[in-house]
Formats: sequence, structure tokens, C-alpha cells
Amino acid sequence: MKDTRFARFVVIVNGAVPLALLCWDAYRHQLGANPVNFAIRTTGMMTLILLPLSLLVTPVKKLTGWNWLFPFRRTLGLYAFFYACCHFTLFFGLDQSFDVSRTIGEMVKRPYLVVGSIGLLCLIPLALTSTKNAIKRLGSKRWQALHRLAYVAAVAGVVHYYMLVKADVRQPIAFAVVVTLLLGFRIVDAVRRRAARESKISAA
Amino acid sequence: MKHPITPEATYLNRRAFMRAGVVAATAVATGAIYRKFNRVSSGGAQTAQLADLLTPPATGPIAAASESSGFTVNEARTPFDAITHYNNFYEFSTDKEEVAEAAAKFDTSDWRVAIEGRAAKPRTFDLDDLLKISPPEERVYRMRCVEGWSMVIPWAGFSLSKLLERVEPLSGAKYAAFETLVDPKRMPGQRARVLSWPYVEGLRMDEAMHPLTLLASGLYGRALPPQDGAPLRLVVPWKYGFKGIKSIVKISLVETQPKTTWSDFAADEYGFYANVNPQVDHPRWSQATEQRIGESGRRKTLMFNGYAEQVASLYSSMDLRANY
Repeated sequence: MKDTRFARFVVIVNGAVPLALLCWDAYRHQLGANPVNFAIRTTGMMTLILLPLSLLVTPVKKLTGWNWLFPFRRTLGLYAFFYACCHFTLFFGLDQSFDVSRTIGEMVKRPYLVVGSIGLLCLIPLALTSTKNAIKRLGSKRWQALHRLAYVAAVAGVVHYYMLVKADVRQPIAFAVVVTLLLGFRIVDAVRRRAARESKISAA
Repeated sequence: MKHPITPEATYLNRRAFMRAGVVAATAVATGAIYRKFNRVSSGGAQTAQLADLLTPPATGPIAAASESSGFTVNEARTPFDAITHYNNFYEFSTDKEEVAEAAAKFDTSDWRVAIEGRAAKPRTFDLDDLLKISPPEERVYRMRCVEGWSMVIPWAGFSLSKLLERVEPLSGAKYAAFETLVDPKRMPGQRARVLSWPYVEGLRMDEAMHPLTLLASGLYGRALPPQDGAPLRLVVPWKYGFKGIKSIVKISLVETQPKTTWSDFAADEYGFYANVNPQVDHPRWSQATEQRIGESGRRKTLMFNGYAEQVASLYSSMDLRANY
């Protein structure tokens, strides 16, 4: 129990490090020529790193049996949500100058913003139901079904990035490969479990 | 008085100490990874001062003439450090903040520029001879990138028309086609086929001969730094920045509209003309506003980037929505 708390504490501290450095560089005017764009890009990148990391926990746990990894999943997922919120707030506040109608107008008109918004919206119910109490209230099955939205969010995040790049798609493709592997593992795993169940039933 | 078992207090202390170590070590590692990908940019090397730069006076009739011709814009100049550390120059890197470092050692000695095609006197210039055609003038232009950001840049150079007049264009010369150096050893970004190399650009002849169209060899009174297109680049202030081809090695005068890199890459997103136009959006983003580097918020983008008075007549009979 105590070790779990410590492990989670390590993740909490590390997840805050990029934000702390981003703020430190901003304070020292070292975010480059276009600081707003830099901060938007960096927080977006953090979401694209943290969301797959949270999706990595279950496969690694299944392959290795390392149960101590489990508490990382929620912390990483919540951090992904947190950075996605920073990403949106920076866009809305500093790029669009808190102009609600213009921001909404842009978000509806631009496919890459539509896709990005879908990803962010998917994360909201997940963050709201991230407590143990919520699992109890929803029931494990329904909670799990709901939290499959994380897959939609990860795909939306990668597509959003791919759509705004001008020519060099190497980075978004790399993220796409990672997300494909993570989702592919789940599909293979589900198919295998179903096959195992069916062979058990037919054996009985 | 030795205890075979470590006292509980010592044990807990040691554990707390180790845990603090784990937290600190992982945080430092995370920070180091973040720093590796988000380096703090440095000043970088300075290029040589231009000896014979012609700078218009700040006030008086000459200054007024310079402003009405569009040669000088009376807006705050973007800092040198921003102009030299925020570059779209895919031949070196697709990361705007990485170009300065990747281009730092770019060797431009023995540079030649071939002027060929429909000309009475085609010729290959050594860079020094080419620069002797006319002393560099300071031109303070707005620069609007197709990505939605802008700068105000004090270039140094002379009108492209002065070079083209030297080779005496023939009547068949309807367009000027430009080409960047191809040398993956010196331009490491060319090892990846992000775009097809060489980078090529083009102008209609009347655009190429317009006095605002600048052949730039300097910036802020100094020789052009490599990351900004050394030793010689094009600046067409009423068009999106990608028309300003860098590190030019060849200019051909041709009869038909030449291929241009970005419109070849995505014809629906980047046209041949690429005139700055707040009414015609890029398919994926708005062109109505721009982020002026160094300012907060966005400002309205001006038709022809604020040079309508000087260049709108070139396009009077054209549908600018179709010819974007």
C-alpha cells in the first residue's frame, strides 16, 4: 500500500517536471521567437506522450505481471488530460485572446481543430470518473467500457497532429505507429481471450 | 553494544533517504530528456558587417519616398535574434528552432549563380561579381509566412530587375524560375525527401521585374546568415514567405510557368502566385490574421501584405480566389 503511494508520488513529481521547465523558460524569456506557439506545441506534445504511456501500463502488466505498475495508469492519464487542458487554454487565451466566438468559429471550421476537440472532450468523462468511488458507482464493466474512450482520444490526438503538419509527417507517423501497436495489442488480446473462453466452453 | 538488527528509526531514515534519491534522480532524468528536445537557443555566430550599405535617412523627403514606394515600412523591426532563430529552411531542418544550429557551418565560398534561358547575354556570375552590380540598399519589409506568423525584416540587397537587365531578357522570357543548391553533405535536411529537391520557385516576369522584388544578401546591415538563405535569396514582400527561395544557384528565364516546390507538393494548398490574401484561407487554417513575432495576440493580415498600392495593378484582371 505504502509502496503504491510512493510509486504514484514519483510519477506525480516527474509529470510536473516538463511544466515546471516550460514555466521556468517562459519566465526567463527563453521559449524562442514564438513563445505562444512553442508552449502550445509543447503541451500538445506532452499529451501525445502521456496518453500512450497510460495505455502502455495494461499491456506491460499483462506481459510481465508487474502489478506495481497499475497505479501509474490513472496518474499518467490524468496528466495527459491536464496537459491537454493547458494546450487548449493556451490556444484559447494567448493565441485567440479569449475571444469565445472566434475560437468556436475556428474550431468548427478547421478539421484539425474539430478532431483535437473530440480528443479533449473524450478525456473529460475519464478524468471525472477516475476515482475508486466512480468505479464502484458505475460498476467495473461499465467503467471499463467508458474508459475505452481513451483509445478514441489517443487516435484523435495523433490525427490532429498529423493534420496540422505541413510536409514533415515523420513525427506524427511515429506517434501513430505507437498508438497502433498499443491498440493492436488489445485487439489481439481480446481475440485470444475469446478463443480461450470458447474452447473452455466446448471442452466442458 | 552492537545490535544485530538495524534499529527501526535508522531503517526508516535510510529508506526515506533512498526514496528522496529516487524522486530526485528520476526528476533530473525527466528534466534532461525535456532539455534534450527543448534546448534553449543561443546567440550564434555573427556574419560580417556590410561596408557599403545604403540606408535611407529616418526623416525627410527621401524617407517619405522610401515609405511610399514600399521600400521601408514604419513598423517595429523584429529582433535580429528572432529572425535568425525562427527559420523555415527545410534543407537544414524542418524544426524552425533547429535551423540556425544545423546551418551554422554552411560553407558558401566559391558560390556561383547561373543566369540562363531566354536571355541575350546568359552568364554565370561569381557571387562577388554579382554583388558588384549594385550596392546593397536597406529594405525594411513585412514578411508573412503561410503558416500565419509575420516579421518586419531590414533586408539588404538590390532589386532583382538590376540583375535581370544585365542578361538582357528576350521576348520569350515570360517567367523567371529559381533553384536552390542541392548538396546533402552541406544541407543535411536534403537527406530526407520531405520535399523534392532542389527547392524551386518562380515568378511571372512582371513580378520579377517589380522594384519591390529583392535579391537579398544581407540582414540588419550584416551579410546574410546561413539560416536565412546565405549567400543570396529572393524576397517578394507581398507574397507568402515560401516564395522567397534561399541559397540560389540558378535563375532561368523561361516561356512557360515553371514548377514550384510547394504547389508541386500540395497544389490545393499552395498556389503559384501565393499572394498574401486575408480573404482566401489556406484549406486547413485561416489567413485572416497573423501572429507578429514579438507581439501578443494576433493582428489582421493586410491584402498583398500591405503592398496593395504598389502591386495590386499586376493582378487587376485576375481572379485571386482561383489564382491563390
